Amino acid sequence: MALVLNEEEQMLRDAAKGFLSEKAPVGALRKLRDDDDPLGWSRDLWSQMADMGWAGILVPEEYGGIDYGMVGAGLIAQEMGRNLTASPFISTALMAVTALREGSVEQKEKWLPGIAEGKTIIAMAVDEGVKHDPAKTALSAVAHGNGYRLNGEKSYIIDGFDADALIVAARTSGEAGDEAGISLFIVEKDAVGMSSSRTKLLDARNYAHSEFTDVDVAGDALIGTLDDGFALLERVLNVGRVGLAAEMLGASEQSFDMTMDYIKERKQFGTRVGAFQGLQHRAAHLYSEIELVKSAVLKALQMFADAPEMSGAGAALAKAKAGEVAILAANEAVQMHGGIGMTDEYDIGFYMKRVRAAQELLGDYAFQANRLAVLRGF
Amino acid sequence: MSDLEPFRIETRAWLEENCPAEMRKPMRSEDDACWGGRNAKFSCEAQKVWMDRMGAKGWTAPEWPSEYGGGGLSHEQAKILKEEMSAIKARSPLMSFGIWMLGPALLKYGTEEQKKHYLPQITRGEIRWCQGYSEPGAGSDLASLQTRCDDKGDHFEITGQKVWTSYADRADWIFCLVRTDREASKHLGISFILFDMESEGVSTKPITLISGRSPFCETFFDQVKVPKENLVGTLNKGWDIAKYLLTHERAMIGDAGDGGVGGRSIGQIAVDSLGSDAQGKLADSALRADLARAEIDGWSFMLTMERMKDEAKAGQGIGARSSMLKYYGTELNKRRYELLMASKGHAALEWEGEASRDGELPRMWLRTKANSIEGGTSEVQLNIISKRILGLPAS
Repeated sequence: MALVLNEEEQMLRDAAKGFLSEKAPVGALRKLRDDDDPLGWSRDLWSQMADMGWAGILVPEEYGGIDYGMVGAGLIAQEMGRNLTASPFISTALMAVTALREGSVEQKEKWLPGIAEGKTIIAMAVDEGVKHDPAKTALSAVAHGNGYRLNGEKSYIIDGFDADALIVAARTSGEAGDEAGISLFIVEKDAVGMSSSRTKLLDARNYAHSEFTDVDVAGDALIGTLDDGFALLERVLNVGRVGLAAEMLGASEQSFDMTMDYIKERKQFGTRVGAFQGLQHRAAHLYSEIELVKSAVLKALQMFADAPEMSGAGAALAKAKAGEVAILAANEAVQMHGGIGMTDEYDIGFYMKRVRAAQELLGDYAFQANRLAVLRGF
Repeated sequence: MSDLEPFRIETRAWLEENCPAEMRKPMRSEDDACWGGRNAKFSCEAQKVWMDRMGAKGWTAPEWPSEYGGGGLSHEQAKILKEEMSAIKARSPLMSFGIWMLGPALLKYGTEEQKKHYLPQITRGEIRWCQGYSEPGAGSDLASLQTRCDDKGDHFEITGQKVWTSYADRADWIFCLVRTDREASKHLGISFILFDMESEGVSTKPITLISGRSPFCETFFDQVKVPKENLVGTLNKGWDIAKYLLTHERAMIGDAGDGGVGGRSIGQIAVDSLGSDAQGKLADSALRADLARAEIDGWSFMLTMERMKDEAKAGQGIGARSSMLKYYGTELNKRRYELLMASKGHAALEWEGEASRDGELPRMWLRTKANSIEGGTSEVQLNIISKRILGLPAS
């Protein structure tokens, strides 16, 4: 497929751009942070996004969604990145839906319509340590009665606080570090023995830490195949990785634009600082890097439909490159703004904090680079 | 079956029948590249057969109109031809500055007579061209060139010196930037002109590079007589053509290198050379990280080339973004060769002998250092991006 947007995709992007810059700009995130909002995102806003079809963008039409696919989803994520919009889009609408699409008819009927309506929030509970490493899953699920009993902990669960359910990666056989022996379970919010608390990170978004003590779930809480959940988990994570890559692309573009505007106006030594070649060459380099990210992200988005067998490599590429460049863009933005870039009053710091988190989530540069090297045979 | 499927089937059959077996093997050295020309040296008979057959079909320049000796193919058909050629590992039938650079300029700025005369000779590989742009005092600042071209009534007379003229010593004709108005401001007195390198007063002197090779020459013109009809475009408006061509050249230099050598990724080349651990990972973990970074950037860059082509097809011109491709592509190529050198260790230093094919790798590595100088330095490209794309103020 050509690496350009078609007319319909351009319309979707323009609609997202218009809506988000009006309803959910950086100021909205600042307010959520300053108000110490318990959720970290706005239910009212999410409901409006659901009305536009965004919550159900990957949900099949028979379950109330629009089943538009990942290219459109990526465009929305990109605009969310431009505006630093806080929402459960990547956690619920992209990742949880990807997992549930592989679930039973009963699971789909139970959860997907609520997600598409913007009423139900489901988060993926994967990581347990300080670095993303899904194969290291240790939280145990053992057969118990007609179902399973879960014990262990999950941390840094994206949008996991106050979620209606968690999709939990659990070890049903083998040992931490094995890809085999991992299974996915959906655990509802009110499950006995599960306690969750919010973890505040630098980006002011919603993350949870959950403890599972003899949490019993029924047999039908299993999503996909017992012991064989890693491939599905990887597909879910790849969707999330590319979603985050698209978000970071948008954040890079916006912080870059803000920086160019600034250095065209700011005067020192009697001239506009954007006239200095020392800044110009760095700006031109960063521009080039962002162009590369655009290509990698668009290709990775297209691969989910066009070349699913390549989507793991594509996700690694997009997440790595977008993360690297987003960090560069944020660092250059603060440096080129000078002192004002260090102030909380100015928005640029919000970009620096969000991309720092986003590049770490679901695997940082080194994680993705290692995956790609393995896939490329070295 | 798409509309293009019959074309693909025909093309495949034609290539199968017409591409000699020797031309389906990877090139062993620069000597295997076919440049054609009046004094063409073919490394084997098959090379000539392949050039002649492709030239006769116009497939050396697939997208040029057939009335000018091109293939008359659509962009989609040309893509299929490229795919089918790469499927049988067919070598390029003809390397040619005529195809890459002069042709596009003539198609845009040439008269009907010029197109009919010069273009078919180019596609058939009969005339080998070189480019006379840089001068000793006009490198990055190309527009300050001084080679003078005076109107002598019934002809022009050219006197001056060019430098970095690629293969001038082997070329038949030159396309050249000359100063036709010394009073006008520097961009406005330049013209674009063509002449025979066998003309009286033309001499060339190869420049030996750090790689030990001499792909470039100094070229001298001493009162060279050139017919008036050899002027391309309008007198004193040659800078427009030069800019147009530089855009082509930049995209071409940026396109160099496919991420590996002979279709293998540089990571795999390193594994072949240095070995891997039990999990198949390159034993040297610091080098492995650098290689992975180069793979990520290489793949992203390749996708960017693809995206630019797709956008151009969809009607958005590349414009000044060719400077971005030139800058990034050449810097990336230099990085790749640094990593190839590291991956081959001491063996990469061998300068002579059969094993190293007389130091093919280190000579290539040295050659890549020119990538970010020729066709406008990286710094010039960054200036262009700053000014034309980002709209940053002039200093």
